[in-house]
Amino acid sequence: MDYRKKSILGPLSSLKYLFKDPITVRYPKENKKTYPDVEGVSPQYRGRHINDLEKCIGCGTCMDICPTGAIEMVEFDDVKEKFGATKKRPVIDYGRCCFCAFCVDVCTSSSLSMSREFLHSFETPVELQKDDMGEEISKFFILRPDMEFSSNPGWKTDNEYSWLELERVCMGMIDPEERINSFIEIVKGYSKDQAIKEAERCVSCGLCKDACPIHMDIPEYIQAIFDDDVKESVKQIYKTNPLPEVCGRVCTHKCETACSIGHRGEPVAIRWLKRYAVDSLPLDEYKKILQTKPIKQVNKKVAIIGSGPAGLSAAYFLTLMGYKVTVYEENEKAGGIMRYGIPAYRLPDEALDKDLDFIISLGVEIKTNYKIDQEKFKRMYEENNAIVLSTGFNLGRSTRVPGTEREGVVQALDFLQEVRDYLTGKRTDVQITDNVLVIGGGNVAFDCSRSVARLQKMKYGKVKVTQVCLETLDIIPADKEEVEESGEEGVVLICGRGPKQIIIDENGHIKGLDSMKCESVFDENMNFNPHFNEEDRLICEATMIIEAIGQAPDYSYIPDEIKSKMKFERGKIVLDKDFSTGVEKLFAAGDIVRGPDIVNGIATGLNAAIGIDKKFTT
Amino acid sequence: MTEILTFLGKEDQYEKYELFFGPNHPGMHGNFSYILTVEGHTIKKVDPDPGLLHRGFEKLAERRKWMQNIALIPRICVPEPDINEVIYSIAVEKLMGIEVPIRAQYIRTIILEMARLGAFLFGFGGIGGATGLYTASYWTNADRDYLLDLFEWLSGARVYHMFIVPGGVRRDLPSGWIEKLSETVDYLQKRLYEYDRLIYNNPLIVKRLKGIGKLTKEEAIEYGITGPNLRATGVKYDTRKMVPYAAYNKIDFEIPIQSEGDGLARAIQRREEFQLSLDIIRKAIKDLPDGPVRLKMPNPLKFNVPKGEVYVKIESARGEHAYYIVSNGKDKPYRMAVRGGSYTAGLVLAQKILVGMRIEDVALWMATMDICPPDFDR
Repeated sequence: MDYRKKSILGPLSSLKYLFKDPITVRYPKENKKTYPDVEGVSPQYRGRHINDLEKCIGCGTCMDICPTGAIEMVEFDDVKEKFGATKKRPVIDYGRCCFCAFCVDVCTSSSLSMSREFLHSFETPVELQKDDMGEEISKFFILRPDMEFSSNPGWKTDNEYSWLELERVCMGMIDPEERINSFIEIVKGYSKDQAIKEAERCVSCGLCKDACPIHMDIPEYIQAIFDDDVKESVKQIYKTNPLPEVCGRVCTHKCETACSIGHRGEPVAIRWLKRYAVDSLPLDEYKKILQTKPIKQVNKKVAIIGSGPAGLSAAYFLTLMGYKVTVYEENEKAGGIMRYGIPAYRLPDEALDKDLDFIISLGVEIKTNYKIDQEKFKRMYEENNAIVLSTGFNLGRSTRVPGTEREGVVQALDFLQEVRDYLTGKRTDVQITDNVLVIGGGNVAFDCSRSVARLQKMKYGKVKVTQVCLETLDIIPADKEEVEESGEEGVVLICGRGPKQIIIDENGHIKGLDSMKCESVFDENMNFNPHFNEEDRLICEATMIIEAIGQAPDYSYIPDEIKSKMKFERGKIVLDKDFSTGVEKLFAAGDIVRGPDIVNGIATGLNAAIGIDKKFTT
Repeated sequence: MTEILTFLGKEDQYEKYELFFGPNHPGMHGNFSYILTVEGHTIKKVDPDPGLLHRGFEKLAERRKWMQNIALIPRICVPEPDINEVIYSIAVEKLMGIEVPIRAQYIRTIILEMARLGAFLFGFGGIGGATGLYTASYWTNADRDYLLDLFEWLSGARVYHMFIVPGGVRRDLPSGWIEKLSETVDYLQKRLYEYDRLIYNNPLIVKRLKGIGKLTKEEAIEYGITGPNLRATGVKYDTRKMVPYAAYNKIDFEIPIQSEGDGLARAIQRREEFQLSLDIIRKAIKDLPDGPVRLKMPNPLKFNVPKGEVYVKIESARGEHAYYIVSNGKDKPYRMAVRGGSYTAGLVLAQKILVGMRIEDVALWMATMDICPPDFDR
């Protein structure tokens, strides 16, 4: 093109612009509606923030990502307290904000969004231009939780373009067809790469730490796994948890329920990351990295009754504090419910033994096959400076419907112990039939039905287990995985039904269970008070019935004169704030104090240890 | 006036004087200055004096996480911020050894070309401003607004988009956006012919630009001149062709060149490249594939980039814009350095080429060279 061509009429050609619309003035000549569907600025405009206080969980991820430090988390009294949330809410300083919307893209609860509003300018009233100016300006430039600059959303959190990884690293599991043939552990565990990838998902908000009964340093140990520093990770874990192999497998993981990522996707697999850390470090390495300082001995003796999670936790922490600890266990091996309750496919003996061996290596003495009775208790009371009761809920509870007294109706804990003994070779056989019915909807009930399924498969080559529970699927107390996995293994779950009676045939054998529909499980005060519809009946055929509707404590070993001084409420011992029973020297921990899981046992064990130490040091 | 100067000259009191040609001068492009030693109207010596614009970007980047830097780096350059996002993202992707989805590559290409159009429009306006033809700057700035509307629709912001991130782009194109882009491209095409009439066929501008800061091929290469300024001397070198990035290797285009190497050639080269950018956008729209726009990337709070160093260059409206990034495997860059497109032109070439020019030519020379202060000073 020749740019240098000249025309004598050139200047005249500009006259046409007199009849054209001006180029530099777009409004009001042009339609202000630049974008479809909306007036004004773009539909995904990044203007001032909107925060849904109800949805916000105060995790502080927005503050962590903010490149300009414009967001500060401030405790705000007006928000409702809820599980898995703090009372903190973001306060945004628009003097610093650069409107990048990174806070929106990483928002774990998708409560934060940016509006289509922005500030052109504002006037400070003349009379305020002296002393109150700072406060006046802050009304325009600082967004506090109780303020709202706009309700016109623009840039929103979008799962499709999420900056957070919302899907878990898939955990390797043994296929149902294969696992049903034996009691082999189902969950394979993460490899190093998988664990690092999973650890990468964590935003280190610390909500899990608040939710965990023992307040484990979860963000710290996950960070250590991410940094490929397993030793540091185990160090962080052992600060609060002496049973990580157990907790890494069967913990009820309140942490994962609270996990902020869980609001938009799948929570971080905290439990399995813990298992990865401890699994990948051999026991002899433990000694090198933990308790590197020698323990300073205190000349005091503590006896612990029961070697379940609470007893072992108390023993571990008391030993670290320098006490001489002896644990008494009625069974052949230590571990309590962890060894004789939870089936081997969830918690193999090797894992428990690893935790146990480390605790024993610190100097804890465990006396097994030692059943306490009132006489022994009295002697023990004389000989020791303190006693921790951690005997747990070891008696089965019966539904007490007609027929439960028959042979062929067994209690869950007795059954599970028999299965364990059978697996270790102590027993040669477990009594089961080819058609079993389990009553209950908790984890123990599923343990029973899945154990039965395995035994039936081994004995009869086919599975026929029915499980009946009061609760419907949405309120079932067992873990979601239990429901899914038991289904894969062939357990038939019938929800929302309660037992009416056990049907007996003319020969006195069990024929089945007569069940009725459960209309509601809880009353208005959320107390357990099931309401049945007796008209709606269903008969489930079975030749053996396992009752797994809960457990009860056994306090028969405590002498009456001591027991009379203790207070009980709903079967549990009432303690003061130092975990003392009110009787001199007597402390308690575990299910008999606060249940119903292992991690609460560890927490109460630690609290009892602290209580004992306080008694002797102050 | 002449009399007084002659008198002072005679008395040997006022032979030379120093002129601070900085932000106080309307012809200066931003916060930068030349200290000119002038005799009469003729420049005798040039001392570039950067520093007024220093905000420590490269050091700030070392204190921010890899993803947080996306909010910082576009601010290095106002007229064309997107190049920074793209180079940074490409650098991080190279260090991590990942390849972004093809659709994201095309979207990046479209955004880069839109940003180029915006920067060229600014540049056309600059020539108008330096020659007294203010209509040119009004028109081009008003037309640039249509591009900003598109950016606003896509990214939620008009100037600092922060839209291109390691792994792809932040969102997919909204429905209807491509159609609107097509309309805007057609509109700009129509307008380009009017710019021809207003600027490039304007005898005043042609005469004014001719011969300003003439460079030969050899000089341009010796001084490290890149981009349209280099191509205006006749060297056919374009990073988009030589070291293709984004989707440039999938789009067929021919690079225009000029031969004279003076101010006029540079202005015309930019006009031709404006046309080229419009063509590239059209081709990219035609070929735009479907698919994802972002790879799954690590959580931005646990974003570690493997150890290594990388030098990434791309073609900006001013020339070769490049980043040198060193990672020590942690969550933040260990070292980051930026090489601006007009770096050598504004700091080194100016010291030679401005000598002998008249004061009023300085602003015009800067406009034809597209000197941008953030290229020397961040």
